[in-house]
This record gives sequence, structure tokens and C-alpha cells, in this order.
Amino acid sequence: MHTQTLAELARGLAAGAFSSRELTEALLARIQAHDGALNSFITVTPERALAQADAADAARARGEFGVLTGLPIAHKDIFCTQGVKTSCGSKMLDRFVAPYDATVVAKLDAAGMVMLGKTNMDEFAMGSSNESSWYGPVRNPWDVRAVPGGSSGGSAAAVAARLLPAATGTDTGGSIRQPAALCGITGLKPTYGRVSRWGMIAYASSLDQGGPLARTAEDCALLLGAMAGFDARDSTSAGAPVPDYRAGLEAGLDGLRIGLPKEYFGAGLDAGVARAVEAAIDEYRRLGADVVEVSLPNAQLAIPAYYVIAPCEASSNLARYDGVRFGHRCEAPRDLVDLYTRSRAEGFGAEVQRRILVGTYALSAGYYDAYYLKAQQIRRLIHEDFRRAFEHCDLIAGPTTPDVAFDLGEKADDPVALYLADIYTVAVNLAGLPALSHPVGDKGGRPVGLQLIGPAFAEARLLNAAHRFQLATDWHRRAPQGFA
Amino acid sequence: MEWEAVIGLEVHTQLATKSKIFSGAATAYGAEPNRQACAIDLGLPGVLPVLNAEAVRMAVMLGLAIDATVARRSVFARKNYFYPDLPKGYQISQYELPVVARGHLDILVDGVAKRIGITRAHLEEDAGKSLHEDFQGLSGIDLNRAGTPLLEIVSEPDLRSAQEAVAYLKKLHQLVVWLGICDGNMQEGSFRCDANVSVRPKGQEQFGTRAEIKNVNSFRFVERAIEYEIERQIELIEGGGRVVQETRLYDPDRDETRSMRGKEEANDYRYFPDPDLLPLVIEDSFIEQLRASLPELPQAAFARFVRDYGLPDYDAATLTAERATAGYYEALVAATGGEARLCAKLCANWVMGDLAAALNRAGLPIGESPVPAEALAGLLGRVLDGTLSGKLAKEVFGAMWAGEGTADAIIAARGLVQLTDSSAIDTLIDDILAASPKQGEQYRAGQDKLFGFFVGQVMKASKGKANPQQVNERLLARLKG
Repeated sequence: MHTQTLAELARGLAAGAFSSRELTEALLARIQAHDGALNSFITVTPERALAQADAADAARARGEFGVLTGLPIAHKDIFCTQGVKTSCGSKMLDRFVAPYDATVVAKLDAAGMVMLGKTNMDEFAMGSSNESSWYGPVRNPWDVRAVPGGSSGGSAAAVAARLLPAATGTDTGGSIRQPAALCGITGLKPTYGRVSRWGMIAYASSLDQGGPLARTAEDCALLLGAMAGFDARDSTSAGAPVPDYRAGLEAGLDGLRIGLPKEYFGAGLDAGVARAVEAAIDEYRRLGADVVEVSLPNAQLAIPAYYVIAPCEASSNLARYDGVRFGHRCEAPRDLVDLYTRSRAEGFGAEVQRRILVGTYALSAGYYDAYYLKAQQIRRLIHEDFRRAFEHCDLIAGPTTPDVAFDLGEKADDPVALYLADIYTVAVNLAGLPALSHPVGDKGGRPVGLQLIGPAFAEARLLNAAHRFQLATDWHRRAPQGFA
Repeated sequence: MEWEAVIGLEVHTQLATKSKIFSGAATAYGAEPNRQACAIDLGLPGVLPVLNAEAVRMAVMLGLAIDATVARRSVFARKNYFYPDLPKGYQISQYELPVVARGHLDILVDGVAKRIGITRAHLEEDAGKSLHEDFQGLSGIDLNRAGTPLLEIVSEPDLRSAQEAVAYLKKLHQLVVWLGICDGNMQEGSFRCDANVSVRPKGQEQFGTRAEIKNVNSFRFVERAIEYEIERQIELIEGGGRVVQETRLYDPDRDETRSMRGKEEANDYRYFPDPDLLPLVIEDSFIEQLRASLPELPQAAFARFVRDYGLPDYDAATLTAERATAGYYEALVAATGGEARLCAKLCANWVMGDLAAALNRAGLPIGESPVPAEALAGLLGRVLDGTLSGKLAKEVFGAMWAGEGTADAIIAARGLVQLTDSSAIDTLIDDILAASPKQGEQYRAGQDKLFGFFVGQVMKASKGKANPQQVNERLLARLKG
């Protein structure tokens, strides 16, 4: 069962080939057997899962079910879950249990999904390697020496290792797409505002967006349909109606114009990755797409702009972790300042502290104009770049990452090198656009991802293209050795 | 040297919304600590603010009432600082682009009218409260107030004396209560004032260095705090010292302001637009709709009361101090009828006199008066038509207040109709004169003040029912005759 996609499992449940309880028990056993090597879960919730599975089976028996009823899911530990610890990968929230569910969690619960647990992640979603988690790094199932990417590294590794078919993630600068690429699975970052941020612990509010990670575009379509939609509790959520993402999956790609930004194929792109990406573009040509060259002239400004805006927002978003009302509090504080400084110094890891300091500095009097305001201006330029590019194409394609997964610890001492690995993903967040990564090859046994970027609310188009690609290829079906 | 004070006021008005500015928690005052603080007010991980539309409506109402510009697009910003009663580590406020800008309010001090500029009014959330008593060596935090909507109204430095400052403050207080956007309760902190005070040699263009006096919570204390501060700064400068820019606290017990140094380390609030909230966009149609529904403002009502009712300024000002009073008065006049001027003044006297006194004793707002305007009109009609003397009217009013029925019912039940039959009054007078020969002699001998004695005796004999004017006339005729 564990090799099947959500769509396949849904058919199995519908046909009565197995029950949700049987499926849930099988996957819980698989998590127990294999996650020791991966560390992809922070919390596994067997009792809750089995209760949900039984409820789903009962609902199905009554004839009250949807396509997702009884199917398994895991949530990145950034989504608040009532009654279950939500740590955000941080010592700061090691004992935090939210009194409410995130909208994403509530919606998938309501759709009848069975939550198996909460997945590991970079602390407060700050990282691209899952090495900043308080709960230890996650291993890449394709090669346990390698990182799975981040920050949704636990979700990506668990799905790649067939511990379960799908998981939720969040993407602030690539945190769904980059681990999806590095783990050889499919991940979708929706348009900003498409999925509610209520109950999703904030890293950088103007960039954060929740989305699905699964093995196929079809499964992402299934999940997005249930996750998306306006939420009155999130002022930035979009009112646009949610289309049936599965309805358009099968449409042919004849005449689809795919733009290749020349800036995404220049220096810094690994040759092996480039070859895999070019082969994938050829496959899209065979499927009927027209490939054109486009330009994103300000692409090289995305990293510096992102690494100003995200830390600025983070420095403010993380101010609430002060040891006063919840979260880690230091032992025997001498006074208020001691309570603040020691609680935060003990509760936050190095990368989180680094970004808080950078953001605090960039927002300070005398620096605000030079950093924050300048970064916002760049953000507008990047937005304009995409708008112009989409006058010439329907989708933009390119590598998700400049190279395949690196080894654990390889970039641990060089945060800037790690930041530069986000080169192809962060611009999308700055522009608020939807983008998807799907597997298109490998280099030395480590997967390569192709990124498709669409105009705002063009998720259906992204999913359609990736689905057609997956009908014609089998990269998405390949499983890492030992996890088949 | 002659000195001139320069004063600007920042007033925090708590908007009278039912729920908080960014959450659904109630705003009512006086609940058990932390019973009116939801996940959003606590700043729990993952929560998001959603703007309360009612708070926006109230801010726009003020903007229209002070003839200001209502921003079609304004922006919420985060003001970042750490404090235990500030749950998120930042306060959501408006910084560069406030919802209301460039308005004014006219004040009158010693008969001189003056226009005071209002720089801006912006929406923001209140913080919670730190409680330092009751917890030995510890501080308690009550977050009931956290997230309460505030409209901070900032004046231009146009005020030149403590009296002007208080006149402005009273005018603003009257306006926000009149508009129904603030309950105006200063003890509960619904209307709080910070005063920026500086002095400069008269004639000098440039402002002196200012001190900010924080959180003064009564008109009287504002006046005294500013007066003290002006004196302090003048003495300081004349003694060769310099005013330092700082925050000071007014201590009403000692009647002085004290430096809050130490708390006021140069704060850098790192303002930036709140990414959780979209810019606040206000459509023209919304503004026009509000403008059309805006009540007559106190200034206009005052002028109309003087013009249409022929009231003295004092009466008009008293009756338009609060919208409910003005409304009661107008309903009373309309229902009472009769000769216009006479009726208007009689009604004014009753609203400001017996009614106000009774309400005051009972601690009731005029809107909850046990004697509504229509009922009181029934009583005043009996005064105007001569049925009741003033004294009897008071007695009937007392009975009405006690719930004994309408004026006419009480008059009938108690037989309180005024005695106006001349022959009956004459009989009463004759009896009194017969019983007081000595006083009659003394009066005729020139002791005019004894006239009052006879009036009192006759009124007493009539149990207060005799028409006083008739008693006067007929008694005079008798004594002379």
C-alpha cells in the first residue's frame, strides 16, 4: 500500500480493497520501522490517527465520504494542531500545545484525512537543509549522508521514503519546492493568499504560503483543492473561487508556451542538473509545448532582497517568544531583561538568532531606508519582471535548485553559501506567484527537480503541465533504495 | 522676560466597539483578569489580526466631524518593543499613513474663539496592564485591555495655556461622546491625555525643548500638570538651566511632574508596515454615506439653541454639552407647546434644574430618566396654563419620579389644583389678617417686610395651592384698604 499515491489509495478504499484502519496501521508500522534512519517526524500520533481512520471507515460505511476520506497525511510541525504539540522545530516551542487547529489542518480533517503526525523542519522554517531543527537533522532517503532540503525537509523525506503518500509544507523562499526537488517528489507552492495562514506559525508573513508535497501532481491537485480557499481569519487570504484542480489535469499541452529565463541557466548552475532540466524541457516539447526564451533581468537581486525582507518580518514575528506567556522560559530570571535575553538565547538556535539580528538591524533607525525600503523596491522590480515575462509565455520553467542535495554539514559553517542555493526559488515568493517542483532526473543518485512558475492563481495550469509530464515519464515513480 | 507656553495634546480615545480591534473578544471594562483575552490577544503562535470595521467607521466619523481629510488608503504598521503586557512584542498602530489627517476644533476661552489644528488621528490597539501590587515580588499581567481599539488624536502645538488645553480637551471629549464613538469615561481610561509642553520667549518663532507629560486622566489634573510644567520650565531656564526632552509623570498628590528617566531610553520602535494586514482602503461612497448619517454636531446645536429657542449662551451650552441632554430638551419643548419663548426657557430651567438634580442624586444618565420628556411635558403644560404653581409643580415632579403616574393623574389624586378663586383667596386673607392684628398694625406703621409674613401665612393656610400672584395682588389691596 505504501507505494501507492493518494489517488490510487482513494480508489483502493472506494473499492473496499482495504480499510482506512488497515492503511493507517500499515503506514504507522512503516514510520516506526524506517523513520529512525530519517528523523522525518517530530511527533507521531498513532492513537489520534487510528481514531480518525475508524471514523473515516464508519463515515464511508454510512455513505458520507469524499475523495480524501480515510487517506493519510502528515503536517509540517509549523501548523497548529489542537491538543498535539506544535514545535516549529524549535526548543522554544518544545512544550507548546496549541488550543486551536490551523485552517489547513481543520480543512483536511473536515475532508476526512487521517493525520499520522507532525513532520520535522528547520527551526521556524529558517533554513534550506533541515539542519537547524532543534530535533536534529533529517536525512535524505536517497542518500542518508545528504540533506533533504528545507525547511519542509521532514515532509519531503517522509513522502520520498514512502512513509506516507503526502504531507503539508510551507514555502517562504523555496521551503516546499527545494526539499521536493532534493527528495525527488512533487511540491506546490500556491499563489500568496490561496491557502490560509491562520494557525501556520509565521516566519515572514508577506512570503509564507502553505502547500502540498506528494509524489505526483495529481495528488497535489487533490490536496490543494481541499486546502485552498478564502478564510475570514486571514486578512491576506484570497477571495478568488477555488477551481476543481483535477478537472483540467488531463488537458493536452499543445501550444502551451513555456518560457526559459536565460538568467536561470547561467553561471552557478551545475552541469548535471542543467542536463536533466534540458532533457525535461525536451520532453515538454514532445508533449506539444512551445519553448521560448524570456528574461528576468532582476533575478540576481532576489536573494539580497529576500534576505532583508524575510529577516525583518521574522524579527518582529518572533518577538512574541519572550518567555512570558508560553514557550521556553529560562530558569530563575533575575529581572525582566534577564528573562527576555536568556529565554530567547536558550530557546532559539543559531540560525534563528542570526536572522532576528539581521532583521532588527535592517529595520533600525538610519538603516530602514537603505535596507527594508530598498528591498521592497526590488520586490516591485521582480514582480514587474515576471509580469513582462508572462506576456510572452504561459509558464516559466527552470531548475528548482542550482545543484542536487549536498551532504550534511557541508554548508553548516557558511550561511551565505546556503542562502545562495535559494537563487531560483525566492523570487517566486517575492512576487507572490504559484510554482511547482517535480522530479526530472538525477545526478549521482540524487534527484533533480524542475521548477514551473505560473502567473497568480494559475495553479491548475502548473498541475496540468506536471501531470502530463508524469503521464509520459516515470521519474516520480522511482523510489530511493531501501524505501521501495 | 515674558514667556509663552506651547502645548500640543495627544489624546487616546477608546472606541466604543463591542469587540476588539483585531479580534472577536469583548471590550467591556472590569472583567476578571484575562477573561476577555482570546488567542489573538494573547499573541499565540499562528494567530492573525482581522480589522474591526466598526472601529474604522468610528474613526471616519471623527474625521468628518473635525473637518479633516479621511485617507482613502492608510496603512497599519508594527511598533516593535518588548514589554510583558504587550503580547506580540509589537503594537499594531498607524505610522506614516494615518486614517485621518489635518482637521481642527474651535475652542472658546474667555470669550475669545480660537481654532486648534488636529494633525492626525490614527487607529491602534491598546496594550494590556501590568499589575505590580498583590503579587509579592512578582508582576501580574492582565490582557483584557490588550487589543482594545484606540483612536489617537494628535493636536498641532497651537495651544498657548493650560486653560486653552483644557478647553480643547473638553471640546474633544464632548465631541467623541456626542458622536457615540467613545464612552468618555476618564476614570476607566477611555479618554487619556499626554501633553507636550515647552516654553519660549514671547515673540520667538522657534519652539523650545518639550517635555511630555504622560497619561493625565482628568481635566483638572491636565490643567494643573501643564501649569506646573510651564512654571518649572520657566524657572529652570531663568535659573540658567536647560529643559531636557523627556517623559514626565504628573503626581496629583504632590501636584508636580516628575521625570520618568530610565524608562525613556531612546527607543527605536522599528516601525514597518504590518504584513498581516492589507492597507485600509476607504471608498468615497462609504465616506459620503457616513457624512449623510452624521448627527448635528454640538457646535451647530449650540448655535441653533441660542437662535431658535432664544436661550442664553449658558443655557444653550449646558443643554448641548451632551447629545442625550440636547435630545431630551428638544423633545420636551416640542411636547410641551405653548408660547414659544416662555416654554423654551421653562423647559431649559427644568432640565438644568430639578431634572438634573434628581438624575444626579440617582446617578442616572438622562436617557434612563424615570420621567421621560413626554411625561415632563405633561407637567410643564400644567405650569404654563396656570394650573400649578412652581412649588406644586415640584411636588408633582417628585411624585412622578416616584412612579405615581402622569402629572394630571397626580394632580387629580392629590387635589393639587391651584386655588385661583378670588373670593376664596379673599376669605383666606381676611382670616389671617383677623388672626394677626399686631402685625397688621406694624405693617401699616411702615414695616414693609412684614408683607412676606402675610403671603407665607396665606400660602400655608391654602396648603400651598393659592395662586401666589393673586395672593400678592389681593393682600396688597387689603392691607392698603
